[in-house]
Amino acid sequence: MTGLRYVYAVCRPFGTPLQAQLTGVGGDPPRLVPHRDLVAVVSHVPEADFAEESLRAHLEDLDWLTAVARAHQGVIDALTTVTTPLPLRLGTVFRDDSGVRSMIEAREENFLRRLDRLEGRVEWGVKVFLESAPERAPEQPAPQPAAMSGRDYLRRRREQTRSREDQWQRAETFATRLHRTLAGFAEDSRLHAPQNPTLSGHRGRNVLNAAYLVPRGQSETFVEQVERTKDDSPELRVELTGPWAAYSFAGEEEAGEKTAGGEPAGGRTAEEGIA
Amino acid sequence: MTVVERREIALVDLLDRLLAGGVVITGDLTLRIADVDLVRIDLNALISSVNRNVPSPFEESP
Repeated sequence: MTGLRYVYAVCRPFGTPLQAQLTGVGGDPPRLVPHRDLVAVVSHVPEADFAEESLRAHLEDLDWLTAVARAHQGVIDALTTVTTPLPLRLGTVFRDDSGVRSMIEAREENFLRRLDRLEGRVEWGVKVFLESAPERAPEQPAPQPAAMSGRDYLRRRREQTRSREDQWQRAETFATRLHRTLAGFAEDSRLHAPQNPTLSGHRGRNVLNAAYLVPRGQSETFVEQVERTKDDSPELRVELTGPWAAYSFAGEEEAGEKTAGGEPAGGRTAEEGIA
Repeated sequence: MTVVERREIALVDLLDRLLAGGVVITGDLTLRIADVDLVRIDLNALISSVNRNVPSPFEESP
């Protein structure tokens, strides 16, 4: 079969065969391209869909992107049951197997170093949402619908504004504290951009969107840490995802350092508030 | 505070990792997604299409 080679991950050789029914992007079963001390996990994809121009066009199509992302994740997921994969960015495509081998050869040292670093580690995602939806306040029936003086009205507006600010401040403080605790426990951490409410389907505002690299065996303790960092605000919601393959820790160290270990989005005031 | 552990993978979490994580390979041999394109995807495709009843500012009439 001709076509381009879509590469999911690079791994150290592993003895266990991939699940027979596993399918990759576009339905083609993934196969292994071994080279020296490494194995690339690839499948064939049609050039019509994955050549540079068409790929770019397809990426604008969310249904297409969803299908590719799910298939990519499916292969990585299957790999995590047999080895520690080093995941590649979605849409990494080569002309042929020999292109894949040349790529491995050129980056062999780098891949081996990263694989060593990630061996036996998993990624956990932790997000904090501030659930309050201030815009919904008018839906609630006003306690005194009829008589309210202008002064009362203004006072109530001020109180509402202040309470929103308090909530936001509190959420930031909490997110900063949680991130600090978890980053202290984890081997490494990354901050992702806050999620767009439209995309995530959450009404709440995303205060923290972080990833933590944790030895697989310490996952349970990590989850306990999340649960232990309590706050009694009912409007704070913490969401835990994982364990993931270490996607957020596979990239260039130089690039990673820009976002690593910092504060959660907008957390600067919260930092000061704690200190 | 509520802690929720999600079993099913939300697309948005997946895209955080697949479009912003993973090893980026550069070089003549690959056709890779450039960072510039990621920003564009983020703005155009994603935001506009998840909630289809919300018209996207980027959307052009078909």
